[in-house]
Amino acid sequence: MKKINLILSSLILAGLFISCGGDSGEKSGAFSDNVAERVYVAPGEHDEFYGFFSGGFSGQMSVYGLPSGRLLKVIPVFSQDAEKGYGYNEGTKPMLNTSYGFIPWGDLHHVDISQTNGELDGRWVFTHENNTPRVARIDLDTFETGEILEIPNSAGNHSFAITENTEYLIAGTRFAIPSPQRDMSIDEMKGNFKGPLTFVKIDQETGGMELAFQVVMPGFNFDLAHPGRNASHGWMFATTYNSEEANTLLEVNASQNDKDFIVALNWKKIEEYINNGGGTMMDAEYAHNVYNHHSSTATSTMKKGVKTVDPKDIPGAVFFMPIPKSPHGCDVDPTGEYIVGSGKLAAELTVFSYSKMIKAIEDKNYDGDAYGIPILNYEDILGGIVEQPGLGPLHTEFDGKGNAYTTFFISSEVVKWSLDDYQVIDRKPTYYSVGHLMIPGGNSRKPFGKYLVAMNKITKDRYLPTGPEMNHSAQLYDITGDKMELLLDFPTIGEPHYAAGIPADLIKENSKKIYRLDENEHEHAVRNESDTRVERKGNEVHVYMTMIRSHFAPDNIEGIQVGDKVYFHVTNLEQDFDVPHGFAMIGANTAELLVMPGATKTMLWEPKRVGVYPLYCTDFCSALHQEMQGYVRVSPAGSNPEIKWSLDGD
Amino acid sequence: MKKSGLLMILGSALLLGLFYYPLWNIQLGAPQYPEPLGMDIYISGIEGEEEFDIQNIDGVNHYIGMKKIPKAEEMWEFNIFPMVIGGMAGLGILLGALGFFSKINPNWFLGWFLLMSVLGILGMYDFNVWLLDYGTDLDPNAILKLTDKEGNPLSYKPPLFGTDKILNFTASSYPGMGGYMMFAGMTLTLLAFFVGRKEYKKIKI
Repeated sequence: MKKINLILSSLILAGLFISCGGDSGEKSGAFSDNVAERVYVAPGEHDEFYGFFSGGFSGQMSVYGLPSGRLLKVIPVFSQDAEKGYGYNEGTKPMLNTSYGFIPWGDLHHVDISQTNGELDGRWVFTHENNTPRVARIDLDTFETGEILEIPNSAGNHSFAITENTEYLIAGTRFAIPSPQRDMSIDEMKGNFKGPLTFVKIDQETGGMELAFQVVMPGFNFDLAHPGRNASHGWMFATTYNSEEANTLLEVNASQNDKDFIVALNWKKIEEYINNGGGTMMDAEYAHNVYNHHSSTATSTMKKGVKTVDPKDIPGAVFFMPIPKSPHGCDVDPTGEYIVGSGKLAAELTVFSYSKMIKAIEDKNYDGDAYGIPILNYEDILGGIVEQPGLGPLHTEFDGKGNAYTTFFISSEVVKWSLDDYQVIDRKPTYYSVGHLMIPGGNSRKPFGKYLVAMNKITKDRYLPTGPEMNHSAQLYDITGDKMELLLDFPTIGEPHYAAGIPADLIKENSKKIYRLDENEHEHAVRNESDTRVERKGNEVHVYMTMIRSHFAPDNIEGIQVGDKVYFHVTNLEQDFDVPHGFAMIGANTAELLVMPGATKTMLWEPKRVGVYPLYCTDFCSALHQEMQGYVRVSPAGSNPEIKWSLDGD
Repeated sequence: MKKSGLLMILGSALLLGLFYYPLWNIQLGAPQYPEPLGMDIYISGIEGEEEFDIQNIDGVNHYIGMKKIPKAEEMWEFNIFPMVIGGMAGLGILLGALGFFSKINPNWFLGWFLLMSVLGILGMYDFNVWLLDYGTDLDPNAILKLTDKEGNPLSYKPPLFGTDKILNFTASSYPGMGGYMMFAGMTLTLLAFFVGRKEYKKIKI
């Protein structure tokens, strides 16, 4: 009997093991539900996507890896960055020059990756600044800002888009102003202020930006813009609010009209008009700043005049589409047929049909005009309405599978809905009050519909508290299934207004490891230690210095006197990946230099007191980094000391 | 002796690969160099695997006071080696051709093989002497002066063949494509000798 029991129990045990084995097999499904697993990028592994995030009022752009949410880099664009010396050293100061002079700060809003045939091509990232109207190009071989162009006769540079072959960058005016500026009563705004939409031509080889023309629109506030794509290529769409043209207490006075507008603009038609000699030159002054990556030096040029176009002069080029209640987002789906308008205060989402719009234009079926610009009939161009989607719709992106995803600021959620039947499929909360969202390629013909990132305006309790000021928060969702799944929370820099994601494979191979010393074009570069020297020119002293593990050449300098302007031109002689050297000088009223291998950077130092002052390397470069230091002797003003320099007595 | 003659020609011709591919390759990996620094040793000089590898190896080596990697004109070997290899390849091809038309005894093939082996061993010996000198003749004012347990200065000699740990670096020293072609070629010439012996006997009969 005992034996039978034993046999029976071992059989049962065996059965258990087998069923356990079977279960664990089936649990591979449950395993794939493991959220941590899906955002875990193992040490040493790379993320699948780059995410370029706007830094908002930080003025910078941050680069994240997705899905891990790891911060890879902060690229200084519109603000000084003491860490990299951007906007502090002599080479990069001109980048922040404007018609108002040097401006150390900016408010970086939207970002867009260049496109070819409506698909992300990874050539450049473009962005813009809201406060001092400027646009910028980031080069993706160096991940540095390559160019900044000021937009004249505009204010609150906000509605921003890149056309589907990167032909143009579009920069709209959010704060209507007298254009060009003049002294006038604010009360007389209505009908007298303007809202220029600026078109910047992009050079297809260099990404270089050139002010092409401005369409001088009525003084509404132009908010968000997107290009037509695919079917609607050649058009651009931008929302307006404050069609009331209120100049005070806008939160009330700009919220009175039942409908505001989305402007539909046929830029190809306007381009043709310009090419045929149309348009008039208007007074303008703007800075054009170009950075040479070979010389680590920017030049700032002041330019004058801008070609302007009155939309009334080009029939059939500009139309208004009425849309309920102070619209914000204006997003075009991958096919180019649907234009999703988000009335911030509306209880529904409006989707316009491009083909219906074209038909309405052909039929000349207008519902009056605003300042001579035809207004289309709302019913004629309506594609559909998403009923009761949420509160406070802002922005929409697409997954390329017929679904749209819209953020709702007030109800703090992302809502997935179908472009086929306008029915809501899923909704997930965000933490908290989401603004923009981003799907890699979600603003192109070809979205990579795997992840969605929600960028939230309010953080509250999501992370360990850090005093009254919290970093903004982003959330990553998996959107491969019917239902969205929240995977990850991560803090962001400044206030991300929008981001652009791209598969890492499209750009990572182009990323440079070093600057080539033999291609260094810096005016004061030296390529080897034997050329290092110190030269006096009046009260200017130029130090031609090199850095290599682990010393400066020269590292002993005499002959400087109080009142001199000492320019340190420091070249990093390394040609090895990730061996930067830094340079700091006691008493210099500026930031350090951070010099990548093969590059040269220049710091200005104005010694104020006699003595012997140390300089040192700020970036832990090698085992003997601590020893990487030197001395400069400062003699009294007027003592005319002999210039001397040496390394190891030579 | 058609077969053996062809083998001999092919085998000696493979030596010519040394004019295009490196004889030897030394790689230096370290925690800081996940992509190892590498040098390709050609019969006519030393080149970096990547453009700046030699410069970076020299940069790293200056801490322990090693000499810079020699340029081609700084070592007589890089003048002699191409002549020796070219000469031996030419000689082998000539012998193969003569063998092909059965003008010579296959023992010539063996003779060529033995001569090449002796030259090869001399070459390896010379290479090792250089490595030893390179790894031990250090600047007395070196930044890092390290000694072993017995108080003798550490040798930084990379291995002639194989993998060795030198401080934070792992040095791997193996034949390059040219080296493998040479070994394969020499094997073929030895094979040519054995095949030739059989063919030669048949001719004799």
